[in-house]
Amino acid sequence: MYRVGVIGDKDSVLGFTAIGFEAFPAENPEQAERLLRELSEKDFAVLYLTEQYAAALESVLVQFRSRRFPAIIPIPGVQGGLGIGMAGVKQCVEKAVGADILFNE
Amino acid sequence: MARLNVNPTRMVLTNLKRRLRTAQRGHKLLKDKRDELMKQFLDIVRENRRVREEAESLLKSAHSRFLMARAVMNDDLMEEALCFPKMKMTLQASLRNIMSVNVPVLSFDTGNASEGDIYPYGFATTSGELDGAIASFSAAASVLLKLAELEKSAQLLADEIEKTRRRVNALEYVMIPNLQETIKYIVMKLDENERGNLTRLMKVKDMMVEQMRQQRMKEDLEAAK
Repeated sequence: MYRVGVIGDKDSVLGFTAIGFEAFPAENPEQAERLLRELSEKDFAVLYLTEQYAAALESVLVQFRSRRFPAIIPIPGVQGGLGIGMAGVKQCVEKAVGADILFNE
Repeated sequence: MARLNVNPTRMVLTNLKRRLRTAQRGHKLLKDKRDELMKQFLDIVRENRRVREEAESLLKSAHSRFLMARAVMNDDLMEEALCFPKMKMTLQASLRNIMSVNVPVLSFDTGNASEGDIYPYGFATTSGELDGAIASFSAAASVLLKLAELEKSAQLLADEIEKTRRRVNALEYVMIPNLQETIKYIVMKLDENERGNLTRLMKVKDMMVEQMRQQRMKEDLEAAK
């Protein structure tokens, strides 16, 4: 049995509580990082992180890349998306194929 | 290409030939693995892209509706309303094996079945905007989980593809040429020894024939006297 968590600024995460995700509001990237490390030791299968924080914590996210759980997924917060999630997908393609073959149209 | 530092003997040659066979077999297998992984990866990553676009647009509308709800409602009331979620997200995670890469498969159950029963509050103190926001969040839930599953799979596969490609290249461009070069060197060396030996034998034979001829001549001379 696994849990799902959402880390981000309060406005972005509060709504998720209604659908059974657990919300962890963070006021700054440092707090988000602390939460991230703490929660990754528990039984969370997925942690959603708002892109505002994901941008600041890129070096931390790299450490979780090869781990199966938790999957840390950047999502747009209330301030709108920064395109980090898409950039992640693109980076993945480049790593595997050696060139970007999906996004070049 | 550098040849390996070995003694040019028949035994080493046999060993090297065996190693070359293994390397070639491994190379072929790894190449097949890489191709199949790539095929699976491309399927997953295309899906990933589509789901991410969908999730982001769903979240955008959910967030804007939620902000609206916050604007018209009192903060305390809002938090109180969301305090006890009715939907209990229970998530089951299993593994799927794609070419010996274990990728996660998430399946979830939200506890309550009925569509109209997602609101964790009474309608007396809350606004209609909040209802709308919650509805759009719950619509996004399954897409978000699908996204998590696909994105993690894509990352794990990408890592594995990179590793496999390195191995294939190491075998193809370093191991196998090195072994072939060394085998060729040993074969040449052995052949050369063989020829050297042969000439030596011929030389010895010539010398012995000459010796015998002179001996016979001497005996003939003595007999003629």
